[in-house]
Amino acid sequence: MVASRAIGSLSRATASRMFRRPGYICRNFTGSSALRSRTHINFGVKGDVAVVRLNSPNSKVNTLNKELQSEFMEVMNEIWASDQIRSAVLISTKPGCFIAGADINMLASCKTHEEVTRISQEGQRMFEKLEKSTKPIVAAISGACLGGGLELAISCQYRIATKDRKTVLGAPEVLLGILPGAGGTQRLPKMVGLPAAFDMMLTGRNIRADRAKRMGLVDQLVEPLGPGLKPPEERTIEYLEEVAVNFAKGLSDKKISIKRDKGLVEKLTSYALSIPFVRQQVYKKVEEKVRKQTKGLYPAPLKIIDVVKTGIEQGNDAGYLSESQKFGELAMTKESKALMGLYHGQVLCKKNKFGTPQKEVKDLAILGAGLMGAGIAQVSVDKGLKTILKDATLTGLGRGQQQVFKGLNDKVKKKALTSFERDSIFSNLTGQLDYQGFEKADMVIEAVFEDLSLKHRVLKEVEAVIPGHCVFASNTSALPINEIAAASKRPEKVIGMHYFSPVDKMQLLEIITTDKTSKDTTASAVAVGLKQGKVIIVVKDGPGFYTTRCLAPMMSEVLRILQEGVEPKKLDSLTTSFGFPVGAATLVDEVGVDVAKHVSEDLGKAFGERFEGGNIELLKEMVSRGFLGRKSGKGFYIYQEGVKTKNVNSDMDGILASLKVPPKYGVSSDEDIQYRLVTRFVNEAVMCLQEGILATPTEGDIGAVFGLGFPPCLGGPFRFVDLYGAQKIVDRLRKFEAAYGKQFTPCQLLIDHANSANKFYQ
Amino acid sequence: MTSILTYTFKNLPNASTWALRFSVRPLSCSSQLRAAPAAQTKSKKTLAKPNIRNIVVVDGVRIPFLQSGTSYKDLMPHDLARAALSGLLHRTNVPRDVVDYIIFGTVIQEVKTSNVAREAALGAGFSDKTPAHTVTMACISANQAMTTGVGLIASGQCDVVVAGGVELMSDVPIRHSRKMRKMMLDLNKAKTLGQRLSLLSKFRLNFLSPELPAVAEFSTSETMGHSADRLAAAFAVSRADQDEYALRSHSLAKKAQDEGLLSDIVPFKVPGKDTVTKDNGIRPSSLEQMAKLKPAFIKPYGTVTAANSSFLTDGASAMLIMAEEKALAMGYKPKAYLRDFVYVSQDPKDQLLLGPTYATPKVLEKAGLTLNDIDAFEFHEAFSGQILANFKAMDSDWFAQNYMGRKTKVGSPPLEKFNNWGGSLSLGHPFGATGCRLVMAAANRLRKEGGQYGLVAACAAGGQGHAMIVEAYPK
Repeated sequence: MVASRAIGSLSRATASRMFRRPGYICRNFTGSSALRSRTHINFGVKGDVAVVRLNSPNSKVNTLNKELQSEFMEVMNEIWASDQIRSAVLISTKPGCFIAGADINMLASCKTHEEVTRISQEGQRMFEKLEKSTKPIVAAISGACLGGGLELAISCQYRIATKDRKTVLGAPEVLLGILPGAGGTQRLPKMVGLPAAFDMMLTGRNIRADRAKRMGLVDQLVEPLGPGLKPPEERTIEYLEEVAVNFAKGLSDKKISIKRDKGLVEKLTSYALSIPFVRQQVYKKVEEKVRKQTKGLYPAPLKIIDVVKTGIEQGNDAGYLSESQKFGELAMTKESKALMGLYHGQVLCKKNKFGTPQKEVKDLAILGAGLMGAGIAQVSVDKGLKTILKDATLTGLGRGQQQVFKGLNDKVKKKALTSFERDSIFSNLTGQLDYQGFEKADMVIEAVFEDLSLKHRVLKEVEAVIPGHCVFASNTSALPINEIAAASKRPEKVIGMHYFSPVDKMQLLEIITTDKTSKDTTASAVAVGLKQGKVIIVVKDGPGFYTTRCLAPMMSEVLRILQEGVEPKKLDSLTTSFGFPVGAATLVDEVGVDVAKHVSEDLGKAFGERFEGGNIELLKEMVSRGFLGRKSGKGFYIYQEGVKTKNVNSDMDGILASLKVPPKYGVSSDEDIQYRLVTRFVNEAVMCLQEGILATPTEGDIGAVFGLGFPPCLGGPFRFVDLYGAQKIVDRLRKFEAAYGKQFTPCQLLIDHANSANKFYQ
Repeated sequence: MTSILTYTFKNLPNASTWALRFSVRPLSCSSQLRAAPAAQTKSKKTLAKPNIRNIVVVDGVRIPFLQSGTSYKDLMPHDLARAALSGLLHRTNVPRDVVDYIIFGTVIQEVKTSNVAREAALGAGFSDKTPAHTVTMACISANQAMTTGVGLIASGQCDVVVAGGVELMSDVPIRHSRKMRKMMLDLNKAKTLGQRLSLLSKFRLNFLSPELPAVAEFSTSETMGHSADRLAAAFAVSRADQDEYALRSHSLAKKAQDEGLLSDIVPFKVPGKDTVTKDNGIRPSSLEQMAKLKPAFIKPYGTVTAANSSFLTDGASAMLIMAEEKALAMGYKPKAYLRDFVYVSQDPKDQLLLGPTYATPKVLEKAGLTLNDIDAFEFHEAFSGQILANFKAMDSDWFAQNYMGRKTKVGSPPLEKFNNWGGSLSLGHPFGATGCRLVMAAANRLRKEGGQYGLVAACAAGGQGHAMIVEAYPK
């Protein structure tokens, strides 16, 4: 429901293929190991240039797993030993992927940090050999070059990259709670300078080839080729290889220098950074910024700063040692386990478990051009879906069309799209006020106002015009889908698709199926969601589904805490310091006070006592005073265009004072307040699993983190129970139960886990 | 009825001459013509179609094509166009009042003479009662002018059309920035001193940075040379092959120039300068010299250089097109028929310069001919790499099947029939004027070298292309 920037950045990078788990097959070498048949590497010689081509079998990506590493070193040793070979080119023949990173499972199987440290040291040694190679090695990069792949590339003497959208370089380790552990922390600052290296390693962002060239991360670019006598992708790789071979020859003949001409700004920066005092200031500044942003909840960024600092101030040996040790320590932290869990979960939620739908959705129609409708349109048109956006009024429609255009135009400004691509994408959108063209629609997503009778009306209108195979999806955050489907002639084609606002930023899509929804309808909805780039959880129908239902008790607790006299600002800082990207009071403002009221009334009716807590009068009063949150300019805070600092809405004081309740003794410390919020959330999430609303804990974690901003460092409610301990959570709940009653009664599944030491994740 | 009679009447001698010629031809042919048996008999004796007017080229001329920045540099585009038109009048002696219509092609427009056809015609001695319009279609603008004329004649709207093209690359419109233009326009509208001052106060120094005409494809922002280099790489055309082809173009052009074959040229007395009588971009060099040049677009490892690309050129061309009966009635001996033509277009990013590949099989099919029927190929040479890539594409079944939706390849034109008198690489390429040069070269070659059918093809910015069959007029 609310954008969470921290997650946004996490998800953007993780979404790309980093560390994607390959169909990792453990090969048992039954034959003699002397057999020279290599499975990951093909090795040829062109003149005096060795060409090493990587392509791991049975996998979409190349990862630096043990076999690939050992084959690679074997080949390299052969190259170094050969008199005939004077230089080498390293290239991947796998489309769209150079090396996507180290094998994440290699770390997961380690029991102690010493083991992990050893892995890091092996990597360091391997790359040091490359770096010291007397025969120049050219990395020819096409596709994802991430993590360990980047560390490998920067150990080579020269880098040539294809200038296409798939070719990205990055050090995303921080997003998994670890650090670049094979020399990356030491080499990267030397290559691109301290500020840029910090930026790469601390944000984990992907860098496109053209930017990498400007930064000095790659030496040459190769333009992707169009059709020739072979498929373009194939020929482009071949061309990249030809160019790289020529450069390798040039390097070994000393016709080309690996030294790069630095620009004036670059020269000045590197001069400034040669002054120890300036460097200290940089460390200090970066560290401050990191502390502010992570609130000390994420250990990896601070360790990265530390390791880089050690390397620069105390020399290479100390740097490498520190890197491998810190790498080992980090890999064993709860945070890294939580983040890796999220990564795996995300990969799972990017698959369609329901198979290929019978008919691919090509024509989409969206009802309602509001914030949600237009948002859904925006993520659809740029994936090539022909989209009709229908609204009841011309003004509403115009606003929606402008939203879509602006979203695309912002990408043009960021140079992610050309203006021509924008125009041709925008031509996929048809704005209209009537049902013309609906007879061709494969799916209709309604995003009209959350009112059951209105939803019934549009459902009937739509069913009169759409073809038989067309899926009707409802974008609602709380209305039960079976109630909407009650008005349908064909309930098997009705499904819920709960998007989160803003749609183009929030990665989650919650798909809700009723008992009557057919499997093919679900497959179709998941396929559309995946096409729109969403991470998808599929849940059963019920009041509030999964996400809204988990949020409601926590919101109820927020109201009570405010009634007990905790200032909104204080509450916000308590929640953000626990790891939530947005403070709880701000969250109410962002969601909209009227929506929150609506939802808590509905769910309050459905679930009764368990969802009680704060007095709903507080929300009612706010709505009647027009304090609807950000959208009306006032809520708990005052929102003004162009004003960055938020001021507390002083008009709220009266309302809060009139509803004040005394805080209870023993459950009102800062920590108690944090846990009152989190445990109610977690308890409800576990109950959703218990009741079968959720199919798997993974989906629960992904939904909570990507849809509701549950602290990523905790990995989601289920991972949190596993890592924190079910017993401890039950204990806390019992303590709060004693003070407040049934709202805190732990659910049976949670109690079972506490008693049996079972875990949600094995 | 009468028309049917004329057709049969005209086709008879036509067919017989050809039969005669072909019985002799194999004797004079060198052994390199491996496709000789197929070439002996044409798929069709003529491309005349019943109930459609035959359209002929009476003659066509061009002023010498000069490298930009040389003798024409102080002129305006319509000056060049006027020179070509006057030259045409002089060459054909066509009475000025019979010309029904004038069409010119141009690419980079001089803003003052946006309808350059009209401005040129007014001063060239044509009647001021003859309407004129200007067309633009990048490097095939003159082709578009000709085919527009063909359309007007075929549909019976006109009998006599002058088509041509002009380009002056020595001077291009350089504009004020949009911000500056906006301020100047607003200033024009401002009524009070206060308004003017407040507008002027918004002035920033960067308003003064000029806007140069785009040398790049608007839709992709890629320059054509860059695209050509990628195209050459996609088809694995080597630098050496490109240089060799460019050298061939220059050598053949030089030979044609020395032998006086470039008869479409009319001298142009440039005001205040000497009379220009020949193209000045022909410069046969050596492969060694060419190999020294650095790549011009994809640096440092690309293959397209200044020496294997066509250069910026000033020039103009014009031709007189008539309905055949009109020409005969006026006592002309036409040079060629203009027959079937096609326009094609494809992806402007990766297939920007593959127009000839797409257009050639299409136009052949339309005319009912095969590649073997063609005696003279005149392709526009934008870049050596582009020509060689087109050859490879035309010779590839894989490309035909995967990108053109055809079952088989059309085949690549035999080099001995290809651009024998030089091409755009050596003669120069004034964007808007090249089309007429190609057609006249095909027509003149058919007359000189013998042969019945010529094929003209060209690529153009925007990923477009064109091809046309030119049929020699029976002697």
